Amino acid sequence: MIRLEALTYAYSNHAPIFEAFDWQAQRGEAWVVLGPSGCGKTTLLYLLAGLRQPTAGRVIVDGQPLTRPRPHTGLILQDYGLLPWATVRQNVELGLRVRLFYGPDGKHAPEDFRPDVDILPWMERLGLTAVQDQYPGQISGGQRQRAAIARTLALQPDLLLMDEPFSSLDAPTREGLQNLTLELWSEKKLTLVVVTHAIEEAAILGQKILLLGLPPNRQATIIDNPGAAQADFRDTADYLSLCRELRGRMESNA
Amino acid sequence: MRRRDVILALIGIAVVWQALSKTLNLPILPPPLAVLQAFFKGLENGDLLQHALASLWRVVAGTALSIALAAPAGLVLGQSQQLNRFFSPLIYLTYPIPKVVLVPIVLLFFGIGDLPKIILIFMILFFQILVLVRDQAANIRPELIQSVRSLGAGRRALFRFVYLPASLPAILTALRQSVGTAVAVLYVAELFATQRGLGYYIYYSGSTLFDYPAMYAGILALSLMGVSLYFGVDWLERRWCPWLYAN
Repeated sequence: MIRLEALTYAYSNHAPIFEAFDWQAQRGEAWVVLGPSGCGKTTLLYLLAGLRQPTAGRVIVDGQPLTRPRPHTGLILQDYGLLPWATVRQNVELGLRVRLFYGPDGKHAPEDFRPDVDILPWMERLGLTAVQDQYPGQISGGQRQRAAIARTLALQPDLLLMDEPFSSLDAPTREGLQNLTLELWSEKKLTLVVVTHAIEEAAILGQKILLLGLPPNRQATIIDNPGAAQADFRDTADYLSLCRELRGRMESNA
Repeated sequence: MRRRDVILALIGIAVVWQALSKTLNLPILPPPLAVLQAFFKGLENGDLLQHALASLWRVVAGTALSIALAAPAGLVLGQSQQLNRFFSPLIYLTYPIPKVVLVPIVLLFFGIGDLPKIILIFMILFFQILVLVRDQAANIRPELIQSVRSLGAGRRALFRFVYLPASLPAILTALRQSVGTAVAVLYVAELFATQRGLGYYIYYSGSTLFDYPAMYAGILALSLMGVSLYFGVDWLERRWCPWLYAN
């Protein structure tokens, strides 16, 4: 599904963050990119979203080299992703309205896009019906992230990218949304890439964990975590030992 | 602000005015009732109305012209750091010039008629709108832009769904801040080289006809125009930017 081929990326006049970096993710896998601040994990997500272009090398998604955002990729950011002047419902509809704006041109919207997509089931599924006429400033952080998820999933993506999606939420809300994310991932057979700096979140969401260190990142460090996405994984000894291992690795990387 | 308070304030002003006029007993300060009479007479015989409409047209045309040119320019500057770097010293120098001092120059260049007045109002509003829209557009969070881009939005859709609605409050704030100044400068501009407009009417009634109630009626009309433009902008903001008022 995703292949990075000798990826090099550097912001202008800065040392490279990635240097000849190779990495692959298969369709349907749940990945977490974990690392300390400044390791380049958000940059990696923007590269996967087609919002940034590599300095050298290639980003290949679904067999195609990426040169711009791909209609079947969904991106959810930590915060500020919703239009403050639009109601929850209008925000959830935004992706569809953008597609209607261009029509099915294969560039901004998929060629097979049909304008009759209904957002209502998504509003209901994510518990947004009661707040549909409110503005993002009036609802809770958890509801805002639910709205962002509904907006993205209404476009039926096959690849879902999330940048620190739950880091500003309180613990119970965060756990609820982590479970929901896993539920939707398995139900919609998504390929999932979540970027986080939280070790616990990585252990819960990532079947596979890509560990980034201080730049430049040259080699992919991958940790398998088959227990993720299973019910009650949080309460197992495996979970605790994985967290311990991740913490140790992050400390030795820093 | 409650409507009742506004009405009370209005009554307060009228009472003070009435008392002053009674105490001073001078022709240059007629009582409010006499002014109201002159005001309605002027509306009825079309004299005052015609001047008021001339002024209103200049304000509306100048405002429309400045929005039409400043809002897109502000959006472009807000999106492009390079262009902004090039133009901002120019704006920095010209923005604070009190535009009223340019009245003689504008009149010399554009002669008599509506055009110089419209251009003056345009010059006042243009910079206000330009600067506020530019700053608003530049301050849109990159996360917002990126997440809308990830939904497939290119330049046109970003403009339609992000930049345009984001700049609307800035346009309205600019209008609210400067519509009073615009009316004041219009008054000054209408003192010269014209026989139409409230500025002319006020000046002519006061210093040539010595018809003071008519002069005050003109002042009242000009004030009403300023106040209604101000409240009109408020009303538009409530209608077009409801999210600003959602608790």
